[in-house]
Amino acid sequence: MERGKFRFDIGRFGPFAALFVLVVISSFASPYFLQTRNILNILRQVSYTGIIALGMTFVIISGGIDLSVGSLTALAGGVMILVLNALGAGWPAILAALGVGILIGVVSGALTGVLVTRMRIAPFIVTLGTMAIYRSLALYISGAGEFRSQSRIFPEIGMGMWMGVPVPVWVFFLLAVFFALLLNWTRFGRHICAIGSNERVAEYSAIRVNIVRSMAYVICGITVAISSFLLAARLNSVSSTNIGVSFELDAIAAVIIGGTAMTGGSGSISGTLVGAVILGIVNNMLNMLGVSPYLQGTVKGIVIIIAVLIQHKRKDSR
Amino acid sequence: MAGSGGAPLLKVVSACKEFSGVRVLNDVSFDLSAGEILGIIGENGAGKSTLLKIISGIYTPTGGQFFFAGEPIRTGSAAEARRLGITLIPQEFNLVKDLKVFENIFLGAEIRSGVLLDKRAMITEAKRLLEKLGADIDPREKIENLSVAQKQMVEFAKALSHESRVLIMDEPTTVLTPPDVEMLFSIIRSLRDEGVAVIYISHKLREVKEICDRVLVLRDGEFVSLDRTEDINVHEMATRMVGRELSQLFPPKNEPSEEIVLAVEGLSVEGLLSGLSFSLRRGEILGFAGLMGAGRTETAETLLGLRKKSAGTVEVMGRTVDISNPSDAVKLGISYLSEDRQGKGILVKFGISSNISLVSLARYCGAAGIINKKKEGERAAEYVREFSIKAASLSTNLEFFSGGNQQKVSLAKCIDTDPRILIIDEPTRGIDVNAKREIYYFIHSLVEKGLSCILISSELEEILGLCHRSVVMHEGRISGILDGEHMNEEEIMFHATGLKESVFAPARAGTDA
Repeated sequence: MERGKFRFDIGRFGPFAALFVLVVISSFASPYFLQTRNILNILRQVSYTGIIALGMTFVIISGGIDLSVGSLTALAGGVMILVLNALGAGWPAILAALGVGILIGVVSGALTGVLVTRMRIAPFIVTLGTMAIYRSLALYISGAGEFRSQSRIFPEIGMGMWMGVPVPVWVFFLLAVFFALLLNWTRFGRHICAIGSNERVAEYSAIRVNIVRSMAYVICGITVAISSFLLAARLNSVSSTNIGVSFELDAIAAVIIGGTAMTGGSGSISGTLVGAVILGIVNNMLNMLGVSPYLQGTVKGIVIIIAVLIQHKRKDSR
Repeated sequence: MAGSGGAPLLKVVSACKEFSGVRVLNDVSFDLSAGEILGIIGENGAGKSTLLKIISGIYTPTGGQFFFAGEPIRTGSAAEARRLGITLIPQEFNLVKDLKVFENIFLGAEIRSGVLLDKRAMITEAKRLLEKLGADIDPREKIENLSVAQKQMVEFAKALSHESRVLIMDEPTTVLTPPDVEMLFSIIRSLRDEGVAVIYISHKLREVKEICDRVLVLRDGEFVSLDRTEDINVHEMATRMVGRELSQLFPPKNEPSEEIVLAVEGLSVEGLLSGLSFSLRRGEILGFAGLMGAGRTETAETLLGLRKKSAGTVEVMGRTVDISNPSDAVKLGISYLSEDRQGKGILVKFGISSNISLVSLARYCGAAGIINKKKEGERAAEYVREFSIKAASLSTNLEFFSGGNQQKVSLAKCIDTDPRILIIDEPTRGIDVNAKREIYYFIHSLVEKGLSCILISSELEEILGLCHRSVVMHEGRISGILDGEHMNEEEIMFHATGLKESVFAPARAGTDA
């Protein structure tokens, strides 16, 4: 048993170890890497998909998947800018836009939840469908163009810094703390793990399986809305064709690299945070080393496959 | 040496196995001849399963020699074991639930004509095998629609479809009712007469005595004895397994009060149950006997709101209630221990604490909804002491536990909600005699404190030894409610098989509703 325990710790701290090794290698590879500006830049870049990955962690632990996050980013972002412009582009308008965005996230999450739990359709299929729907709606509303904000203060949020750290990074970290608490220290978190581990046992244990599963998608929808808000604020516009493309890949990758089991049942928010940062550093290094941006997808793919391989190894070597 | 003479078919010399430095099997030797049935008995953790898994090539031994028909076996290879004709029927089923019965039977050994599957041949052959087993199962049925006992029959059919020379059965009768067990025994005997060597693992010593030619006793991974079955009686077997004298298996019966805590009237479920009426008194253990598929588990599931009732009323503490899901049931003080421990009872990937608090989690949460893990751990530690659960730590995953210890955790989980009514379904399935006794005494101590209990069991001994009265079910209906002198083995079997139908509802049981 002693050895089993030791292994468990390796599994849990594996992502942290990988991050440490990556930082050491990167700092040798480029003197520029450890500069504050570069680090902050990496963190800001990963925060948008990182925030979505936090919500995705709940979905994956519950035994599901959400492929629609990228498209939802476009749709929610677009609608938020429409609301912003319609309401006069001031602070109240910004808050209203955020509220509407979150509402869209909640509704889309609830819709996925109902389709998955009540209609018993596989989450992969449901969200493949909504992925197409949300993107197409975003394209239709914008005439396949851009949603442009007329607000002068909106970009201040997106470009803003607080105590020398970009706003999106703050949001990412604070949400991570909040969600870690939710996952590890509340009934809801425990129930999510139980459902992902064995839905039947959860049902017999008087857990409201359908509601709890649906909540995972709602949380994911909310994180998409927040991410979309920050991204729209940074660019002061939302491109219906480009925004959010392959976000689902990055978010799922961060969750997996962070050590959450693809089969559900267990996982960690801190792992996801680290997973997102690892992906960011890899991209950053490839840029600095002058690797073609077209090849970065290949590297990302390899990293994901290795992460899953390590997970499998761990499971087998009991 | 062996039963029917000849050189041994399988010979094991000082088998050893270590897991992470812990020796779970130490210097165990035995041999097995063709046409012989060898029983292996021992408590949970005695090393039976480990030994089986080594023989069937799932585990690689850390020491020892293994011979098949005189030739050394390449150990640690399931393929080699299959080639030699060594087949294991595992305790936990190994069936693909989305596939059909015949597809499971021929999984990996499909009958083909050319490159295509010959489904017709497979269905015919599956039907023949199932008929040989006396099982009334449509080969085209999906596994997930079968009951536990039917799944077991499919496992047997699968084993029969291989050309098995050594057939290893791990607790084959735990889910079977007495007539099915008789059927199984006649199948085993006919296999033996065909020259198959059978290894039979069971906690039911009487069955071992009845069916086996020789019996091997293991304790704590060590060889204890290997005797011809006629030279050893059941009591000696138990004593050797435990290593000390066994005291009384069942606790004395207490006197229940007159107060009715649960009254069920005309409960029906479309196509499954019809017109069930019974009542449960405070401090009573009410047995539910019957054959497989009689509807006992379904009755429990209906009371829990997992199945929709089509008619009937349920009264808890004199109040008519409407239970539409398990959380309603928990609020009313009803708790259920499932017959399917790993499928519906516990989370094998969770530790002790989080399993025990799974239903009762709310009581460990503070005002802000934050779990008080200290309190949760302390409570779990109390149960570990009370039930003498053997575990490395409170966070050790239950998958590393023996069946008996898993069951104790499952029971702790059920009573942590402070239920008034506890429904326990096959609580001692697949666990050893010592753990059984502990569980019986524990149930007894609960009802003494005023809890009421419904005990669903296929072991008549358990119903007779523990229950005050017994409901007997037959094909979704209650064929009898027996008590006092009417509650005996024959009466229960008559009612369970539908030969007799009568309700001896005595006045003092309070059929007031």
